Amino acid sequence: MISTVWVIFLAAALVCGAATGRLDAVTAAVSTGAAEAISLAVSIAGLMCFWSGIMELLQASGLAGKLSRLMMPLLRPLFGSAAKDREAMEAVSANVTANLLGLSNAATPLGLCAADRLYTLAGRRGAPDTVLRLITLNTASIQLIPSTVAAVRAANGSAAPFDIMPAVWLASAASVAAVLLSSTLLRPLFPDEK
Amino acid sequence: MQLVQSAFIPMLLAAVGLYALYKEVEVFPTFLRGAKKGLETAISILPTMVGMLTVVYMLRASGAIDLAAAALAPVFRLLGIPRECTALALLGPISGSGKLAMGSELMQRCGPDSYVGRVAAVILGSSETSLYTISVYSGHIGLTNTRYAVLSALLADLTAFTASAAVVRLYFLH
Repeated sequence: MISTVWVIFLAAALVCGAATGRLDAVTAAVSTGAAEAISLAVSIAGLMCFWSGIMELLQASGLAGKLSRLMMPLLRPLFGSAAKDREAMEAVSANVTANLLGLSNAATPLGLCAADRLYTLAGRRGAPDTVLRLITLNTASIQLIPSTVAAVRAANGSAAPFDIMPAVWLASAASVAAVLLSSTLLRPLFPDEK
Repeated sequence: MQLVQSAFIPMLLAAVGLYALYKEVEVFPTFLRGAKKGLETAISILPTMVGMLTVVYMLRASGAIDLAAAALAPVFRLLGIPRECTALALLGPISGSGKLAMGSELMQRCGPDSYVGRVAAVILGSSETSLYTISVYSGHIGLTNTRYAVLSALLADLTAFTASAAVVRLYFLH
């Protein structure tokens, strides 16, 4: 999908540039864009490194595991009959906690593991609501410390890169509420194959 | 309130360090191990950043982004999302690095502490690459029909965009 989108972008730049007579600017943008990408990546790398180090400490000291156990009672009501399965709920909770802490490298393998377990519990056929619940929760997760965004703000000269944190929490809480509500309401309109 | 906010990050860092020390974790070597992973992530997203930021710059120079923003302006005005964020909202569900590249370009142009710059940052922090996530998960377990997942995820994204703009308006503009 990303390949198609990328090629559409290239074609759109050509067509629009030709239509507006700005093809020289489009050509110049190739070199500025590529150079900007490197300077952005270099300037956010430091903060990414630092937070990744702090997150490693959170995991090694057992704080991440504690948080995961605290999350479990909150998650159980969302997973219906699968809530009784310890293995599934532990994986789900670890995945949600990793998302919460912004550990995207750890979150995906944990989430895939949880999805596997939930799919097995549901008999490995169709598209069970428990699996879809996990997937949709992963498309709308709350991040406690948006460190990459803060790094991008800092790279662009923000006075207080972290001052958007409460706003990020509120906006992502709204999106989690939207995903929970909409999937519950839409469920009967998209029956599962039996 | 201001003090709590200023103290949050330094306090969190000190607390994590102290707790790890108390749990007899080898604090600095553990930190270094994590930092190395962070560096690997930063290096691994670099080619994607080059690919995405370059096309974003080309699209901007060609006028295509302004065109898309003008076409969607009525919808975005209704939702209260600044029109500068149109392209960010369109690319968001597909590519994480693309979204980051586009957000950074917006912050550079409008200023990171401006209204538009802040809305872009909150959008980056509060929305996921939904369509990409759904394709990874359904691909892994072999789902062919994801039922309401895509619709539900896109509604959540739209909510995140709308809420980002609303929260920044309320929180920073008073």
